[in-house]
Amino acid sequence: MEKVLTKDVQADHSALDIKRYELAGGYQGVRKALKMAPNDVVEVVKQSGLRGRGGAGFPTGLKWSFVPRGANAPHPKYLCCNADEMEPGTFKDRLLMEETPHQLIEGMICAAYAIEADVAYIFLRGEYFLSAERLRKALAEAYEHNYLGKNILGSGYNLEMHLHLSGGRYMCGEETGLLNALEGKRANPRTKPPFPQISGLFGKPTIVQNVETLCNVHHIIKNGPDWFKGLSKSEDGGTKLYGASGKVKRPGVWELPMGTTIREILEEHAGGMKEGLKFRGLLPGGASTDFLVEEHLDLKMDFTEVQKAGSRMGTGTMIVMDDRTCPVGFVKNLEHFFAQESCGWCTPCWSGLSWAENMLQSIEGGQGQESDLDRLAFICRMAAPGNTFCALAPGAVEPLQSALNYFREDFERHIHEKRCPWR
Amino acid sequence: MLSAEERREIEAEFEHYPDKRALTIDAMKIVQKHRGWVSDEALKDISELLGVSVSELDSVATFYNLIFRKPVGRHVIMVCDSISCWTMGYDRVRDHLMNRLGVKMGETTPDGRFTLLPIVCLGTCDHAPAMLVDEDLHRDLDPEKIDSILEQYK
Ligand SMILES: Cc1cc2nc3c(=O)[nH]c(=O)nc-3n(C[C@H](O)[C@H](O)[C@H](O)COP(=O)(O)O)c2cc1C
Ligand code: SF4
Ligand code: FES
Repeated sequence: MEKVLTKDVQADHSALDIKRYELAGGYQGVRKALKMAPNDVVEVVKQSGLRGRGGAGFPTGLKWSFVPRGANAPHPKYLCCNADEMEPGTFKDRLLMEETPHQLIEGMICAAYAIEADVAYIFLRGEYFLSAERLRKALAEAYEHNYLGKNILGSGYNLEMHLHLSGGRYMCGEETGLLNALEGKRANPRTKPPFPQISGLFGKPTIVQNVETLCNVHHIIKNGPDWFKGLSKSEDGGTKLYGASGKVKRPGVWELPMGTTIREILEEHAGGMKEGLKFRGLLPGGASTDFLVEEHLDLKMDFTEVQKAGSRMGTGTMIVMDDRTCPVGFVKNLEHFFAQESCGWCTPCWSGLSWAENMLQSIEGGQGQESDLDRLAFICRMAAPGNTFCALAPGAVEPLQSALNYFREDFERHIHEKRCPWR
Repeated sequence: MLSAEERREIEAEFEHYPDKRALTIDAMKIVQKHRGWVSDEALKDISELLGVSVSELDSVATFYNLIFRKPVGRHVIMVCDSISCWTMGYDRVRDHLMNRLGVKMGETTPDGRFTLLPIVCLGTCDHAPAMLVDEDLHRDLDPEKIDSILEQYK
């Protein structure tokens, strides 16, 4: 299997400095892109079928094509790398930033060139100290070698790139919340339209893109769209960083062809469940995705197939639940997170999620009532897409609604036995 | 008063943004790096430097988890309480820390050595349970390991 994003990962987990990165073929993508017209870069990425790796899977090239380009476009234009990675159970972008910082910078330069951006920001989680240190060093090296700054490699293209460390809040990862945070405000989301591609950061055209998405860009430019599609086992092109955490034998993260089956990830790479434990279910791509169970294990992990099964691939890092873990406690932990991180803008979210958390707490403690299950289902309906300002609340109820479906008996046992059967 | 160094560090960020009001979070984090937390007085000084009202700064400060508006201990422990760490034994880790330090979540030890706080997923779920002490990530925690980690922070 061809490794693309992790090919430069070292056994000792150090990051390549710019000299070694160049020797390994680094910055060839930038050199090639700068000789192309920006529009052609957009076209190549469009043809590759690259879809956003931050969770929603929006086609990347298509998003870029909405940015006004050419002589009459407003400036400065911005590219923002979404490196906020706060989705519980997600641990893939950190690896790319710590171990391949130049790869991210190279991908960002190509993306910025495509949309003719003047300034790029890396919006980094404040707790990612090692990523910050390595990105700072890599940025300084890239400036020294004129991959950043004025007149990059004599092309006439100018790009400044800065690192911003977040103040810390899940909402900073939401596209427009991120823009508000970068402007020094609370990370509440913005009304759309206008879309950020037209009016984003400081009111200027802006693209926000996930770390892993950006890390793919220069590889596509270097090797072409057909190569990228050929890496994959499914309709969605490329490789994917998949992960597994929870009580599996070998938790970790692996770069595999897009469309690898859940079973292969779980059994071959993660080594199956720990001794004596049975598989009950998993969240395929972070806390805000619906549960999948045994019957889904042969699904391909890609955007289309997982969606057909009523869930989402999300970030592709799955959280595994075993038979000795209480599903009610599991979901309560998730809803506690979402209730805490709600920005407080819309009622189904701030009120609904904390209500759900309280009910789950009382069910777990043996004080739940049968009618609580209907009330939980009601909250799930209230927080559905379209009823709230951003995707936090709809995401928050995905694990809850699917748990009520797949693990209903476990909820009912808590209510009837008036205690947690797992304690 | 902002120290000369704090002021210099904040002003060095000015050129990265088209509007210095964008620097609220960076400025508060710079002050916090030097003093451990952000006092009312510091808010007033930042307000003057950036041209953002104190109440606006405070509303920004309280929105974000990593900005402390109250004094904290010399070392801040942030224990991940999110799903994978919870599955892998967060309760045990939390209880052990509370016992060893004699404080509850959100409190500071009487000698001012540690503040204990919860934090959301630290992005190292394959090595759960995990915690941050100051800027250091500690993973695959168990009670013995926690004891030897605490020894490293005086
Ligand atoms: C509450 C919330 C948090 C999010 N957090 C992140 C994040 O940490 N990283 C990320 O890349 N996308 C995150 N997203 C998705 C972004 O809004 C956006 O879709 C993504 O950054 C676009 O990049 P992509 O197309 O490259 O995936 C979040 C969305 C929501 C609603
Ligand atoms: S859904 Fe929640 S997080 Fe999103 S805007 Fe509404 S209250 Fe805020
Ligand atoms: S859940 Fe604790 S590090 Fe991810």
